[in-house]
Amino acid sequence: MAFIRGYLIPRLIQYVLVIWLGITLVFIIPRLTPNDPVMRVVGELRGRGSTLEPGTMDQVIADLTEMYGLQGSWLDQYWAFWGRLFRADFGVSFFQFPTRVNHLIATAAPWTMALLLTTTAISWTMGNIFGGLAGYYSRKPWSRTLDVIAMVIRPLPYYIFSFALLLIFAYVVRWFPITGGAQLGAIPTWKWSYIKDVLWHSVLPAMSLIILGVAVNFQTMKLIVQNINAESFVQYAKLGGVTEDRIVGRYIIRNGMLPQITGLALSLGQIFSGALITEIVFSYPGLGSLLYNAIINGDYNLIMGITVFSIVTITTAILILDLTYPLFDPRVRYN
Amino acid sequence: MKILRDLFRDYRFAVSFCILAVLVFMALLSFFSPYDPTLWNVVPRDLKPSLKYLLGTDSNGQDIFWMACFAVRNSLIIALIATLVSRIIAILVGMLAGYKGGATDRVLMFISDTLLVIPLFLIMVLLAMLVREYMNLVVLGLLLSFFGWAWDARLIRSVILSLREREFTKNAILSGTGTLNLVLNEYMPFTMPLIFSTLINNMAWAIGLEITLAILGLVNMTIPTLGTMLNWAINYQAILLGRWWWILTPVTLSIFLFIALYWLSVSISEYLDPRTRIQRVGAG
Repeated sequence: MAFIRGYLIPRLIQYVLVIWLGITLVFIIPRLTPNDPVMRVVGELRGRGSTLEPGTMDQVIADLTEMYGLQGSWLDQYWAFWGRLFRADFGVSFFQFPTRVNHLIATAAPWTMALLLTTTAISWTMGNIFGGLAGYYSRKPWSRTLDVIAMVIRPLPYYIFSFALLLIFAYVVRWFPITGGAQLGAIPTWKWSYIKDVLWHSVLPAMSLIILGVAVNFQTMKLIVQNINAESFVQYAKLGGVTEDRIVGRYIIRNGMLPQITGLALSLGQIFSGALITEIVFSYPGLGSLLYNAIINGDYNLIMGITVFSIVTITTAILILDLTYPLFDPRVRYN
Repeated sequence: MKILRDLFRDYRFAVSFCILAVLVFMALLSFFSPYDPTLWNVVPRDLKPSLKYLLGTDSNGQDIFWMACFAVRNSLIIALIATLVSRIIAILVGMLAGYKGGATDRVLMFISDTLLVIPLFLIMVLLAMLVREYMNLVVLGLLLSFFGWAWDARLIRSVILSLREREFTKNAILSGTGTLNLVLNEYMPFTMPLIFSTLINNMAWAIGLEITLAILGLVNMTIPTLGTMLNWAINYQAILLGRWWWILTPVTLSIFLFIALYWLSVSISEYLDPRTRIQRVGAG
């Protein structure tokens, strides 16, 4: 009971509030700009009118008018906005008329989620193990070498790092396909040949996310472990004759992982943004590439849809991570 | 002088100092450029690097070396605007939350937590799309600054929280020091090192985001920055056509810039932390 009242309920309230604030930002931002977004989009659409199917324009204008709310006070508009969100209705996409935004997101999201989940899991685990070992043996030459490599990679933003990888694999060594998610025209099935093709195409985007992620986790973990190293229980274990492997593996790294779980939760939003950007570099068919097309074509409905979807998904993922935290922390678990 | 000498013992500080010196020199050099960065076709197109055109020329007929000087200057200007304004917000929020506590603290920290947690990049895209036609260095800098303060406000708050419990706070209050005076004159010196190290990190963040927004075409393409240079090169298929000198210039410059800023901040914050300083320069 104490857990529910002291931890679960405040955390759930925070979750709801974060989503509320995030979505309210999405609602307010277009209204703060000096020009009427709907009229601007309508103007842009008129400019391209000839390339559109008849009926597109009316539909899009109707959608936009409702979405950005031209009728009623701000409060009315705000209610209508939430009403649409609860029905998960983001209207139709303009650059792929008349496909609904929901459908586009549903097609792209699994690609992003698969890429994001696997790379985050791999880079978190690898970064913690390497960082833990390097922190414990911080005076060994290999530890210092790893540290310098991490120092070089870590500051690079996702875009620059993926782009540098792209250049290397486009010019110097041509081992992996540098664009796309699968062979052009391949039909998605559960056959091994198709799965192999998808995996083969995801090597580069996954690699750039993993290398950057490992560098970040490596450095934070190394710092945490160096601090734990100075604590008296480690000295005591050493004096008591506990083997080094056991000290590192069971005492130090496991203790260091706890703050790393919190760290992962806090940086998930950034990792997600990074994945979107990486997808754009490698034209990987996930939400990032969808977003890129939406920006190029000025598709507001789609951008709004992706933004709202991402806010809800990421916040939920962080909530799940936070709620499972007690499972990892024996102090909380045994209470 | 002693501080500088101690700092230079760290190879990271020495390396980043040299890189930044070169980049700042390039930025200053842009004031003496023989070409106007807004004009096209001032030199022959698509020439390889040579003595006459140090880094070659691009498909717009511009000299890449001089464009790079402008790009470094403008990227640094954006970063400085974004960083300085967001420092002001971070200091205000951090000090207010830390000193006032209670409901003020909870509301401010809730806002900053939200900014940390949601995928900000998408919100910035949304915002940048709407102000695209007003986009210039200042607008972009301000846009970045509104979103770049959350983490640093949190750090400043935690320092203030511990300062508030110290003896001298009570002394100051009992001897009639006003809140503003107390915070600005007594607390500020303690937070300065932290503010300085977050300043460098924030600059790197701002430059990185500028590059990302520029790649998406959301900034003013006529102003040369590291991001817009890269965007032009990609748009003109410089990779496909083998014009490596065009694509590599912004990429290499950015890589060096990011590494230099990061190493500088790590080196300075390690120096400011007495525990790590003793390891490095000895107790003397």
